[in-house]
Amino acid sequence: MTSDTRSSEPIIIDIENITKDYVMGEEVVHALRGVSLQIRSNEYLAVMGPSGSGKSTLMNMLGCLDTPTSGRYEFNGRDVSSMTDDELACIRNREIGFVFQTFNLLPRADSLRNVELPLVYAGIDAETRRERAAHVLQEVGLGDRLYHKPNELSGGQRQRVAIARALVNDPSIILADEPTGNLDSKTGGEIMALFEDLYQRGHTIILVTHEADIAHHARRTVRLRDGLIESDDGGFDGLGMLPIEGPLEADVTAYR
Amino acid sequence: MKRFAYELSESWKIAVAQMRSNKTRSTLTALGVIIGIVAVTLMGTAIAGIQVGFDKSMAIFGDDVLYVSQWPWKPVDDWWNYRDRKKIKTEYAEPINRIIAATPNSNLVIAVPTSSLLRSVKYGQSEVSNVLIRGTVSDYLITSTFDFKEGRFFNDTESRGGANVCVIGYDVADALFPSESPVGKSVLINGQPFRVGGVISRQGTFLGLFSLDSIVVMPLPAFQKYFSAKSDSDILVKVKDKTRLAQARDELTGVMRRVRGLPPEKKDDFSINEQQALKSTLDPIKNSIAIAGLFITGLSLFVGAIGIMNITFVSVKERTREIGTRKALGARRRTILLQFLIESTSLCLLGGFIGLGVAYVMCTGIGQAFPSFPIRFSLGLVVVSMAVSILTGLFSGFAPAWSASRLDPVAALRYE
Repeated sequence: MTSDTRSSEPIIIDIENITKDYVMGEEVVHALRGVSLQIRSNEYLAVMGPSGSGKSTLMNMLGCLDTPTSGRYEFNGRDVSSMTDDELACIRNREIGFVFQTFNLLPRADSLRNVELPLVYAGIDAETRRERAAHVLQEVGLGDRLYHKPNELSGGQRQRVAIARALVNDPSIILADEPTGNLDSKTGGEIMALFEDLYQRGHTIILVTHEADIAHHARRTVRLRDGLIESDDGGFDGLGMLPIEGPLEADVTAYR
Repeated sequence: MKRFAYELSESWKIAVAQMRSNKTRSTLTALGVIIGIVAVTLMGTAIAGIQVGFDKSMAIFGDDVLYVSQWPWKPVDDWWNYRDRKKIKTEYAEPINRIIAATPNSNLVIAVPTSSLLRSVKYGQSEVSNVLIRGTVSDYLITSTFDFKEGRFFNDTESRGGANVCVIGYDVADALFPSESPVGKSVLINGQPFRVGGVISRQGTFLGLFSLDSIVVMPLPAFQKYFSAKSDSDILVKVKDKTRLAQARDELTGVMRRVRGLPPEKKDDFSINEQQALKSTLDPIKNSIAIAGLFITGLSLFVGAIGIMNITFVSVKERTREIGTRKALGARRRTILLQFLIESTSLCLLGGFIGLGVAYVMCTGIGQAFPSFPIRFSLGLVVVSMAVSILTGLFSGFAPAWSASRLDPVAALRYE
């Protein structure tokens, strides 16, 4: 009936009315004031917003680095909001691939060892680790840089190593925080092309950025302001704030 | 379990990489542990050496001999009660031996009188001062075991006759007769000539305090003739069966009371001493020396541990972002804790190994330079110092590793 597959994709992230308060000295900062968001498999989503909008806080929530003050967060149907530190570590290890603005590679380890790291924490044996790490490095175009240390690689190459590291555990989502922030525009473009490629191959990508050009690569944009979702285009540039479910289907067909 | 093993090997790799990339820092930090381990190990060898020397010294008294003396071999609070006791007389030996002979199944074998004081011994131009001059009988050989380097002990006839003969200790012989045999020569004691009949082979020192080889033994009648005035006398009594020492002791107490003619209501006015009593008096002293020594040297190890703790804290601080990254990638608290514990422990173990090597070299050196210095290097010591190194590493690494494991991943990732 319809060529759209999105609405039938399983929901990976289901956030309902979450808030996050920080105590800063005497003051309580309400970083998130009630955010609801659903992200399905194989979405390419950008989270935008000026600094102080709660963008980073939301990213920490999505990445299971932090738990909400109130509200519900289900990741692949599992309630994350009440998990212990170690359970969260396990979720991060298996379900989430992080890409940081500053790459965050281990300086004294070569590309292979850096990419292997999540597999070490997953308890996978050395041989499989090597194999899989080499494979994903190949995929991101660094097949000839396996034994280079970060300081022997260019910025773009370092970010590719980081992306390979994010991919190696075959996570449910890739969470990229300003992935081009430390790169020149040409290299940034290459990295965005790589994300596009990953998206086309079925990965789910969440991009956190304040740059509109970068957010433009995503299929869906969520804008935050003052701890609330200001707009969610539901996956269609220029189509405004449509809800993600329901009457969307027709539009999707039209868009395609 | 498998996961734990991988984390362990990963932590080990990180620790090695960390030490290699911070060579100067690691070396300086390990130095504290090296010094600590050297100090503790050397103290350990010294204590072991003292123990051996102590046992050797104790053996001189014989574990099957009772000593009848005026004073007990232990510290006393009411010394005045002992000071006014009647002196032990050498003549007691005779009645004691008579009673022993008349007692069926006696636990005692024989009583031997001895009497001693300190005098100088001369031969020609040479002189040795503070030599223990001891008068006794030929049966002395039954209670005190020693060999003769040359010559022989005086016999019963010489002993009773009070001839001016003597046997001399190794040190006395060495000092007075450096290049000739003393046997047959006469030494002067208190201006009196005594013919040397034998030289006792080397006995060593008592607790390293005084030499047991600075001695001259002569027949009791001769001793009494020239030196009786200020001498102290003991009766040595050989026991038949050393496993029945307590019974022997009771029997001897009874015998002595008879000899002294004490009525039943009066307390003993003599003391019966034995090696064991001396041991139990000296053991606490020896132990407190050991504890004090280990405590003081342990302090240096403690300082080393503080150094390791400090450097691990610095390492945690420096690598806060790395910790954040690792946590984001799925490292659990335990993983991070383990990583830093292994880092501090391997640093300590490295220090321990080097320290042990240095201590071994020093021990060998000291052993060769001062053969008399009691020092013992043993496998047990190696095991103990390795264990101490590991414990030090765990102790010093725990606080920083714990704080690292508790880091909030969000804050750690944002740390500049």
